Amino acid sequence: MVEKYDVIIIGGGVVGCMTARFLSRYELDILLIEKASDIGSATSAANTALVHPGYDPVSGSLKARMNVAAVPLWPGLSAELNFNYERSGDYVVAIGPEELPKLDELFERGKRNGVNGMHFVSGDEMRRREPLMNPDVSGALFAETGSICDPFGATLAAAENAIMNGVTLMRETAFEDFIIQDKRIVGVRTNRGDFSCRWAINCAGLYSDFVMHKAGVRPDFKITPRKGEYLILDRAEFQLRSVYFPVPNEVSKGILATNTVHGNAILGPTAHEQVDREDKANSSDGLQEVMEGARKLIPAIEPRHVIATFAGLRAAGNAPCDTPGVDYRHDFIVEIPAEVRGLVNLGGIESPGLSSSPAIALRVIDLLRDAGEPLKEKKDWNPIRPARPRFRHMSYAERQAVIQKDDRYGRMVCRCENVTEGEIVAEVHAPIPANSYDAIKRRTWLGTGRCQGGFDLPRVTHILARELGQSELEMTKKGPGSAFLTRLTKQVEESHD
Amino acid sequence: MNSLTDSDKPLEIICVACPHGCRLEATRKDGEILISNAGCKRGKEYATNEITDPRRMVATTVRIQHGIHPLLPVYTSEPFPKGRVTELLREIRKVEITAPVKMGQIVLKNALGTGIDVLASRDLK
Amino acid sequence: MTEQTYDVVVVGSGPGGLAAAIAAKENGAEKVLIIERDIELGGILLQCIHNGFGMEVFKEDLPGPSYAQRFIQQVSELGIDTLLDSMVLEATPQRRLYVTNRKGGISTFDAKALVFAMGCRERTRAQIRVPGTRPAGVYTAGTAQRWVNVEGFMPGKRFVILGSGDIGMIMARRLTLEGAQVERVLEIMPYLSGLSRNYVQCLQDFNIPLHLKHTVKNIIGNKRVEAVEMAAVDDQRRIIPGSEEIIPCDTLLLSVGLIPENELSRQAGVQIDPVTGGPLVDSYFHTNVPGVFAAGNVVHVYDLVDWVTGAGKEAGRGAALYAMGKLPAGSSCITVRAGNNVRYVVPQRIDAQVLEQEPISLQFRVSQPIEAPVWLEAVADGNSITRRSVFYARPGEMLTLPLKPEMADGLRGAKEIYIHVNER
Repeated sequence: MVEKYDVIIIGGGVVGCMTARFLSRYELDILLIEKASDIGSATSAANTALVHPGYDPVSGSLKARMNVAAVPLWPGLSAELNFNYERSGDYVVAIGPEELPKLDELFERGKRNGVNGMHFVSGDEMRRREPLMNPDVSGALFAETGSICDPFGATLAAAENAIMNGVTLMRETAFEDFIIQDKRIVGVRTNRGDFSCRWAINCAGLYSDFVMHKAGVRPDFKITPRKGEYLILDRAEFQLRSVYFPVPNEVSKGILATNTVHGNAILGPTAHEQVDREDKANSSDGLQEVMEGARKLIPAIEPRHVIATFAGLRAAGNAPCDTPGVDYRHDFIVEIPAEVRGLVNLGGIESPGLSSSPAIALRVIDLLRDAGEPLKEKKDWNPIRPARPRFRHMSYAERQAVIQKDDRYGRMVCRCENVTEGEIVAEVHAPIPANSYDAIKRRTWLGTGRCQGGFDLPRVTHILARELGQSELEMTKKGPGSAFLTRLTKQVEESHD
Repeated sequence: MNSLTDSDKPLEIICVACPHGCRLEATRKDGEILISNAGCKRGKEYATNEITDPRRMVATTVRIQHGIHPLLPVYTSEPFPKGRVTELLREIRKVEITAPVKMGQIVLKNALGTGIDVLASRDLK
Repeated sequence: MTEQTYDVVVVGSGPGGLAAAIAAKENGAEKVLIIERDIELGGILLQCIHNGFGMEVFKEDLPGPSYAQRFIQQVSELGIDTLLDSMVLEATPQRRLYVTNRKGGISTFDAKALVFAMGCRERTRAQIRVPGTRPAGVYTAGTAQRWVNVEGFMPGKRFVILGSGDIGMIMARRLTLEGAQVERVLEIMPYLSGLSRNYVQCLQDFNIPLHLKHTVKNIIGNKRVEAVEMAAVDDQRRIIPGSEEIIPCDTLLLSVGLIPENELSRQAGVQIDPVTGGPLVDSYFHTNVPGVFAAGNVVHVYDLVDWVTGAGKEAGRGAALYAMGKLPAGSSCITVRAGNNVRYVVPQRIDAQVLEQEPISLQFRVSQPIEAPVWLEAVADGNSITRRSVFYARPGEMLTLPLKPEMADGLRGAKEIYIHVNER
């Protein structure tokens, strides 16, 4: 074994990156490994982009505790890490009188869970607050602490801050197995070799069952991916004022309609279990279901408003809640298991996983401390991750100032989302270099607008190639195997037939 | 090439001489080609050629050194024999020129001995 | 931030913008400026290297770049200012533009008259909601065209093309000529959406199969496209179960329509026709916002560049007249409406007093194809104003009906005029 670490975090989603960020405060050598070509590119990049207030999870569950504990952390975290986050509040909307009792149930559950700032809103008031709302709205539950955020932005910012504070990130590095001696994890085996460690933290999301089984932990635990399909609407055509949930059903919170920090409304998700852990394909039926579901709340939505579709997979598990008297079989796992030493085991971190992620990270730290880890604070830990200039959010005077410093900020590459060449270049040379089109897209929101990259794609591949010192033929959408281009136009292999 | 004999049914030809896309009919009587439904004289000519000597305008690109783009668009000075277009493309692919170039400049003279030149479609600095 | 004032500012330098700027100058505007986002004038014509342009305007069969260059030369000879590699960020109803570029940073331009000539963007996969994964290898035809013809890269080896629009068919030929394999062209409608001649010389010539009433049911492949699943559709465009077929390929090109690019127009307060996606205009291509004109494909999608040039000239002339305070103020506004089998008509309003002075050409598209001789007819208050006959009417091909000054009498007092296309 070549490299020695104190801690290896397996998985660079929002939970792994938040854990890395909070742990970077202590004098530990930390390695964060991510199998994909970029961090946060699975569940963390494809979800509803909300921080939930915490009235939805079953009372007494770890989910409920983590969710409610995390809510007050977000505003400070967003201020320190400089990602987009807005406490807009959210609404659960009852349509017709028969749905009203559900709101009382949620209100009561929220109170039990410790959620503050919930209010009932009348149907008339709801129609006034959101003129596009279904006129049959009978009432709504408003939660002040509901928030919208940029989930990938939060993941990236946390990871960058971790790196600033000494954490090592390796992308395209896949966990294969643990190295276990005398029932203690002493290392991690990856496609890029072995790394030694004293602690491994399982943040593997959709593959968390696979990882824990390699340590002989919880052989009955199983991830059943649950697909959620979404539609994104053009903000020029359609804007929502807040976050609107239907009353929840047995399986999920239902298909909601929400605004986002980027101004485009999102509709979704569906909730369908599947076997495949990579299949994020959209289906006609799924998209139809989203459209119909969302129109129950906002009838004016039309197919022509749609500018993008996507799907994400939630890492739904089957862990029973360990609180006595609570019968719930889909709880989070955040534990140091007894079967093997040196493992912090996380699993089943589905919704509200994004919302809970900072609290989960703090719980991991508590568990390590309880296990006797000294956790000495670094003297020079810097909690601030500076923001990079975003042309779109600037005044003309600020734009002029940034262009005077670097004229590449004057050249527009994405006309719909107003992303400049300067911003792309900055992302390629950032602490976690953007190395593919999708990496640029997730960081800058370029290509997410009406034309969906039709204009910027050739320009971005050109800039990316230039900045990486590679050929445009090597530029990919999302890492190895996803190159955009196949050859030079004039380089034909002549066929012999 | 469309073969057409006296006994054949009329052959439908969609004219490409202009964007109107007229649907012409060609028949052969006593060896002579007869065209009906033509919207204009050029259409008649096109349809007759389509049977005897079909030709197409060919537009493609050649590599160019030191230009603001790596490729220069080019086109044939007149319609090129359809059966030899692939051969022409192979020939054009070998061409590499150096900027600056003027629109109409000959990039490949007397292509494949047809007497047809390949011309630059634009200025390129 | 620098500030400048112009008589006429044109946003975009495709054929519509070039024609508008030239016409503005020729009609008396002194200071004319073109703002272009690319590094040279010409717009999308520069990547349309194929022939077929200019038959109406020049009576010659030109490739796109040659067609553009003829106008670019005129722009230079007439002393029209140009601002390249520059993006207009914002347009106000007072005709102020905020522009960014590398050289000057943010600058503002105040125009006495403004011509929007931003052209179109391509309809995307999401807008037609093609299901499946999101791998590399799904591109709009225009993006592929830029790569192949301008930047010098091939975006794939085996292609399926969805949509029988002109760019799609032209790319099918282009890719074949450059050694790629085009497996199929699929069209969900029962008829071709582009020009017939492109079917002949782009698909038929190369034995590329066209499947009408077919679509892509699914895209397969996580990293790069590995195949598409095609399927037949019924008359309601629903997929017919059992008709599915997997076509191995590495690229899916989309040629599924163009959308006029009117985000700036909207900012400036311009009203948009929901059918065309472009501004509501009169015969000068004057929008509802005084002094704001629209030229070319930004108004509605034309089938031929020659018509775009013609429309651009009208818009440029109108802009020059407005800038000089000479544009006739419309007093008798007649709404032009789409009648039988007509999807839309441009301009959407005309002025009988303008018609007394000069002819007005109505441009429109049909909803359903009629492969038989038809009457194109204008009717006001139940009276036929004019009609003409053409051999057929196809949705892919624009139709025109000229109104002549002598018809102005018949329109006096009319509030509406209907355009019908009926089989003869």
